[in-house]
Amino acid sequence: MATTIDEKEVTVFGEEEAKQLVNELRVAYDSGRTRSYSWRVTQLKNILRMCDDSEKEVVEALHMDLAKPELESTLYELGMIKNACKVALKELKNWIRPEKAKTSLTTFPSSAEIVSEPFGVILIISAWNYPFLLSIDPVIGAIAAGNAVVLKPSELAPASSTLLAKLFAQYLDTSSIKVVEGAVSETSALLEQKWDKIMYTGNGRVGRIVMAAAAKHLTPVIMELGGKCPVVVDSDINLQVAVRRLIVGKWGCNNGQACVSPDYILITKDYAPKLVDALKTELDKFYGKNQLESKDLSSIVNSNHFARLSKLLDDEKVSGKIIHGGEKDKEKLRIAPTILMDVPRDSLMMNEEIFGPLLPILTLNNIDESFDVINSGTKPLAAYIFTNNKKLKEKFVMSVSAGGIVVNDTTIHLAVHTVPFGGVGESGMGSYHGKFSFDAFSHKKAVVYRSFTGDAALRYPPYTGFKLRMMKALMGGSFLAILRALFGGSKP
Amino acid sequence: MKMERVDKELAELRHTFRSGKTRSLAWRETQLKALLDLVHDHQETLFDALHHDLGKHPVESFRDEIGVVKKSATHSLAHLKNWMKPRTGSIPLIFFPASGKIVSEPFGVVLIIGSWNFPISLVLDPLIGAISAGNTVLVKPSELAPLCSSFLLNTIPNYLDPTAIKVVEGGVETSQHLLNQKWDKIFFTGSKAVGRIVLAAAAQHLTPVTLELGGKCPAIVDLTSISSHYDTRIVAKRIVGGKWGPCSGQACIGVDYLLVEEKHAQFLIDLLKKYIRRFYGEHPKESNSICRIVNRRNFERVQRLLKDPAVSASIVAGGFIDEERQFIDPTILLNPPLDSELMTEEIFGPLLPIITLNDIGESIEFINSGPKPLTIYPFTKDEKLKKMIVSETSSGGVTFNDTMVQFLCDSLPFGGVGESGLGRYHGKYSFDTFSHEKAVMERGFYPELEPRYPPWNSFKLKFIQLAYNFDYFGLGLLLMGLKKH
Repeated sequence: MATTIDEKEVTVFGEEEAKQLVNELRVAYDSGRTRSYSWRVTQLKNILRMCDDSEKEVVEALHMDLAKPELESTLYELGMIKNACKVALKELKNWIRPEKAKTSLTTFPSSAEIVSEPFGVILIISAWNYPFLLSIDPVIGAIAAGNAVVLKPSELAPASSTLLAKLFAQYLDTSSIKVVEGAVSETSALLEQKWDKIMYTGNGRVGRIVMAAAAKHLTPVIMELGGKCPVVVDSDINLQVAVRRLIVGKWGCNNGQACVSPDYILITKDYAPKLVDALKTELDKFYGKNQLESKDLSSIVNSNHFARLSKLLDDEKVSGKIIHGGEKDKEKLRIAPTILMDVPRDSLMMNEEIFGPLLPILTLNNIDESFDVINSGTKPLAAYIFTNNKKLKEKFVMSVSAGGIVVNDTTIHLAVHTVPFGGVGESGMGSYHGKFSFDAFSHKKAVVYRSFTGDAALRYPPYTGFKLRMMKALMGGSFLAILRALFGGSKP
Repeated sequence: MKMERVDKELAELRHTFRSGKTRSLAWRETQLKALLDLVHDHQETLFDALHHDLGKHPVESFRDEIGVVKKSATHSLAHLKNWMKPRTGSIPLIFFPASGKIVSEPFGVVLIIGSWNFPISLVLDPLIGAISAGNTVLVKPSELAPLCSSFLLNTIPNYLDPTAIKVVEGGVETSQHLLNQKWDKIFFTGSKAVGRIVLAAAAQHLTPVTLELGGKCPAIVDLTSISSHYDTRIVAKRIVGGKWGPCSGQACIGVDYLLVEEKHAQFLIDLLKKYIRRFYGEHPKESNSICRIVNRRNFERVQRLLKDPAVSASIVAGGFIDEERQFIDPTILLNPPLDSELMTEEIFGPLLPIITLNDIGESIEFINSGPKPLTIYPFTKDEKLKKMIVSETSSGGVTFNDTMVQFLCDSLPFGGVGESGLGRYHGKYSFDTFSHEKAVMERGFYPELEPRYPPWNSFKLKFIQLAYNFDYFGLGLLLMGLKKH
């Protein structure tokens, strides 16, 4: 029987191709087409249409790549993308309008404004855990700001990557918005080029590589990285509500594979048993008895990460500390929601971002000890606290440095576009969401309009003895008066 | 300075930051007031140091260095309490009851590397920002302005909190050692080449950076739209003042070259010559109102720009060189070759090339053919041209009909784009550039939304979809059983 081999054309994407790509985009950008309000609105509306039309395909791709439950795909990926588009469409005119700046007495008479202009050609490198959200959300920002864009989706979510390439080509202006699929060598080829801004979502190790590549061209970067997001659980709270919010933020978000997932819990020895009971009860309610197989939980993305997580669990310091779950299925790449109690601080699990369905609980004598634990590590992307104690809450907000903080809930700050989303220290630099996305991809140009009146001789050489004496005399007075004398304006 | 000592200083800065003492408004205000005192008490010493290092006249020193520091510190003191207040962000109803705010917190331990051309203000102005934001700071002044550097080393500890603000002197080796350490933020003013090195070093630790670099800042002179006697004189004065006034052309925002229409070129040249003569006399070398070139290396670099015979042939004013005193006259050149080093590198010296065009509109294309500069200075009354320049060129900033003044405006961000820099400061932007803006969201435990939790079903899916669209009416219908799911 003759077999027809479907040969996929192998196109090499190396340095030459990357260079050509950037040149093409520069030409498109220089033509001015991405600057117009109508172009930006058209692309954003097309993204909305794209999301509505392709919901089924997106859910399917995410199911293939991550066994992501349909609700998570619709809510956390498509839902948030559509929201971002709608906010941008509604506010774009306001965002684009130059901001009038106050001019001081020293530069009187003049007027000034801050004009937002696109950087030019942007590279967005996305991640595998929320392959649509973390690709399209930044693209929305870049487009809203009037840039041309190249998106490099993660190869670790291959079905999503292919779908993104297909949809972008179908719905968006391919002269100015392109998708490059591939792995390390394609990404490296892209990073060799000169971009006007680069946004990278991923881990700190690759983040350093991206920033070093950007440094060669003095390219500004946004890094959305991760970290160990701690959850401090105080006593005297509504434990059931807290635990549900905890579960949804941890296992309900791609089964713990999210940059803002609660990573570990800090709680007093006295209160810990109550927490564990509540967790077990609610986990059973949410995911049933066979939590390993639950359709409402994502799988582990691939065998590398499965092996990594297994190693964390198999660590002899840790394996005895499992108090719930621990089941694994290597073939189906599944790990059940697993809770551990008092894992040693020097274990692997406590020293790297878990990014999986394992939740260690550390017990303390006193809840105030949480601060030392948290501050002994690197700054996380998010930090959470459940408490009704106003003083503790205030101390937490003031002394814990993290990208963002949520009190009495987890992860929801991502859905609020009026606060910036970004990291600090090892968890990243720069921020986006809402207007912050527009600002992230804009250069804020200061424009001053001076008139011809208002010039003082004191401003110009020769700096005679008289001028010097006059200056010294003025120096006793307000320096504002001095500067006015130098630059003109109404007589002091 | 021994490297072990440097490491000790850094460790102390970390320790001080952890203690939390730099977080209070009181501490920050005390430091800012002390800085004002420092600059006030040592005015004469500063004038002497700047005169020694750069030949800077006290008027220039006051205008560009001391006055700037006083203005910035005073501005910060007046606004700091407000800047430190958290900003509220509105929260959608679906999350009720909830509140969201943005809290500014210091990064931690900051490194500030200064430049030699404004050795006092380019160190103290960013320092004001870093202190205002509550950081601990290590300052590395430029070794090419030695008296200013040692002044800062010796005087700062007497006024500012020595456990939180430190000065380290040194050259390339010291800078390299500093750059290999982990900082929470780095602020660098200097050249593109070193900027790349700083950014690459910061990448190793994922340290955020502000780079204030430079570029070839052009002035576009549209004498077709500016014809009155008075106005053309203002233009010439401001250009001469903006070229040789700040450190004799050695300024990142100094005018690098001019673009003018062919037919106005001679008129402009004559006017410029007149004001050079008026400002600096017949023999500028003797004038006390113009800076020197900072050192031998830079003198030879600028001198080399003139060695090209095609370049030296284009000199129409000045050109006098005193090798012994490392002095180069204010020099104007007319249409030197565009591929000469003079026209491809940032001049950073007292040479002013004039390039003529047929039509002033061509200046846009000319500027766009090179890297993005820090500032563009168009002199024009043509409103259409103004709009075109703003929308069709890209630069850190644009200042119409004057030079340098944007530097004094605290409400404007000062910084570059592309090769002219990354990040910005001045006024509140200084505070922001040394702060991490932390999002803080707070919720109550009640009410609770069941549909938020698994196990999932179509009702919950519909609920969340409606919630996502903030479709409260639809939600109401769904809850009343009046909506399909």
